[in-house]
Amino acid sequence: MSKAIKKVMAEFLDEEAKKNKDIVVLCSDSRGSGGLGDYAQAHSDQFVEVGIAEQNLVGISAGLASAGKRPFAVSPASFLSTRSMEQAKVDVAYSHNNVKLIGISGGVSYGALGMTHHSATDIATMGSIPGLRIYFPSDQYLTKALMKELVQDDNPAYIRIGRNAVEDVYDDGKLDFSMDKAVTVKDGGDLTIIACGEMVYEAKKAAEKLEAEGKSIRVLDMYCLKPLDKEAVLKAAHETKGILTVEEHCPYGGLGAMVAQLTAADKPVMVHSLTLPDAPVVTGESADIFHYYGLDADGIAMAAREML
Amino acid sequence: MDLQAKAIDIRKDIVTMIQRAGTGHIGGDLSVTDILVDLYYKQMNISPEQLDDPDRDRFVLSKGHCVEALYAILADKGFFPKDELVTYAKYQSKFIGHPNNKIPGIEVNSGSLGHGLSVGVGMALAARMEKRPYRTYVVMGDGECDEGSVWEAAMAGYQYKLDNLTAFVDRNRLQISGTTEQVMAQDSAEERWAAFGWNVISISGNDMQAIDDAVDLAKHTKGKPTVIIANTTKGKGVSFIENQVAWHHKVPTAAQAEAAIAELNERKAVL
Repeated sequence: MSKAIKKVMAEFLDEEAKKNKDIVVLCSDSRGSGGLGDYAQAHSDQFVEVGIAEQNLVGISAGLASAGKRPFAVSPASFLSTRSMEQAKVDVAYSHNNVKLIGISGGVSYGALGMTHHSATDIATMGSIPGLRIYFPSDQYLTKALMKELVQDDNPAYIRIGRNAVEDVYDDGKLDFSMDKAVTVKDGGDLTIIACGEMVYEAKKAAEKLEAEGKSIRVLDMYCLKPLDKEAVLKAAHETKGILTVEEHCPYGGLGAMVAQLTAADKPVMVHSLTLPDAPVVTGESADIFHYYGLDADGIAMAAREML
Repeated sequence: MDLQAKAIDIRKDIVTMIQRAGTGHIGGDLSVTDILVDLYYKQMNISPEQLDDPDRDRFVLSKGHCVEALYAILADKGFFPKDELVTYAKYQSKFIGHPNNKIPGIEVNSGSLGHGLSVGVGMALAARMEKRPYRTYVVMGDGECDEGSVWEAAMAGYQYKLDNLTAFVDRNRLQISGTTEQVMAQDSAEERWAAFGWNVISISGNDMQAIDDAVDLAKHTKGKPTVIIANTTKGKGVSFIENQVAWHHKVPTAAQAEAAIAELNERKAVL
């Protein structure tokens, strides 16, 4: 099964808006990309359109939150994480306003549209803001479990989701979810692959290939980039021979950097990171781009074999 | 209450605070003082007893660098003990050089210009959604209107017909590098805001009665937000600071502070 996470998000917000009048969704001419056209019609009194103005989107959301509302600001991750970064820093995180920033069409989802539309720096940018949590859910089930927690809490967060349908990581919804704890997709003792977002499915497939070759691979779904599940990382560092990180993000300030920083201090272990390049990416659909940079199951398996 | 006398007392507190701390934005503090005094002592439904009242009026000092004026007023109104202000800008003080919402009476943090009007739009939208009677007031600087985000918020205020939102532009015509017209022209501010669909009221911005009348007029204006272009004098009340670009954030010496307070006392005596 596969499902676009934005659909999961839209269905979730529709359900929550029916139950809670404080839920407000805001878009920056992005209701179509966010799959929120139906929401905007069904909940017109809980929807605010701000036009193509991401700074205003986040500032207005902060004002709504300051007055007790529970805003979800939904805008392409590329713009939300850079154009309105200062509003996220000042009006949301610094002022401690409970805004959930939903970065849609994240990473290289917009494939051939080029670097303007890619968000390959959002762990680094948004994660550097004090008080702002960062989540990259991997599939429909994890997204729903995560959103159930986030809709109830009172702290701001940035959530990046992709545009395309993603294969289920958790077949039949078998997911043992605990907030801010990495999910063990597979357990194993030879090597740990830590991935986030859409990369988790590819990591799982890579692990299956390696298992067919007789290797025992642990796969962690690190949807919680901030706060990072340090315990799970250090456990992997102690129990397996190395860590391979995989992320749809640039080489700097992302998952690999955080894992390397943590392990270097507490339990030095070989860490290799698969990332997007420090450059505009090649033109293509997401899958093409993942393949080109070795971020698909074959590329991940190849990198893992080199480490083993 | 004699608001003009109160404004002079607040100006004295500002001068003292900045001289003691060795930092602050004295020019803009003194230009915006009358606006803040009218709002806090006459117009707004805000008090230390109402910090969590969902119907309290909302205030955002978008020109956050003029926080000394706000601190002086909040202290005087009892939001916190006045003697806490001696820590202003000192090591580990919560009284930093821009609004900090860890301080009672401050709704949101500001300091980076061009943020407050968007936040105010959100607060005003929330009032409408919840059918609450409170009004939202946002005070901006004229130099601040260089920021494009101000105009994003202006569009939204018009789009949503936020007649529960009143903005001020402290039009003192100076910013850190020179006159506003030299740095990035703002004339005609009135025509610009009118073109964005706002109800525009242009007043003499250090005239307490004019400020008060404009706020009343805004309350009775339906279907659109109001901006009050307050034509003020930067450094108002202290003759050697008035209209001097250099006094944007210059710190008075002890002797200058003494002279400033003496002049303010003289002004108060002839009210």
